[in-house]
Amino acid sequence: MAEKMLIDARGSFCPGPLMELIAKLKSGEVGDEFEVLSSDKGSAKDIPEWVDKAGHEIVESREDKGVWHITVRKKR
Amino acid sequence: MASNKISIVVVSGSRERLQMAAMMASVGAVSGNDVTVFLSMNALMYFLKESSETAPAEGQVGVMIAEKNVPPFKQLFQQAAELGDAKIYPCSMAMDLLGAEADELDPYLQEPWGLTKFLSHAADAQVWSF
Repeated sequence: MAEKMLIDARGSFCPGPLMELIAKLKSGEVGDEFEVLSSDKGSAKDIPEWVDKAGHEIVESREDKGVWHITVRKKR
Repeated sequence: MASNKISIVVVSGSRERLQMAAMMASVGAVSGNDVTVFLSMNALMYFLKESSETAPAEGQVGVMIAEKNVPPFKQLFQQAAELGDAKIYPCSMAMDLLGAEADELDPYLQEPWGLTKFLSHAADAQVWSF
């Protein structure tokens, strides 16, 4: 059963949120989803770039009151 | 994933330069690149296990790095090694100057390298220096 995990990286600066996501992705299963919360604009750009390169999937990316919610599905 | 060879030479002991080198090493390594870091001169002492040295800021951004929630450069180097399989080598000359042995360094560092070894490894790599 795929799980969804919340990674609250608000307040952390680049590349903190990305590294937190990668650490969690590594220990997850294929199909699991990870929602990263980030207040860092650089990370909002850099995380989708990394996800694309690494062959995972962006399920959703949206901003709400200065916080980006980026949901990633582990594909491999 | 891209797979380039990236060699990063760090000789500065300033906070901004160590931070930028650590950012490149960690993001480079977790993006599938073959990352090698060579720590020499003023950069090496921060990686002694018993070091309590704080890297001095060069300017305003360096001061802000310490005040805000920026991942510390040593944490990023460790993540480069553990999450991205970056290889971080202390320079044997700097080790000799500091009078340090390999077991006195942080455990995510490799065995010391001399310059000849680093140069031959870096011959076909992107080389970044800080």
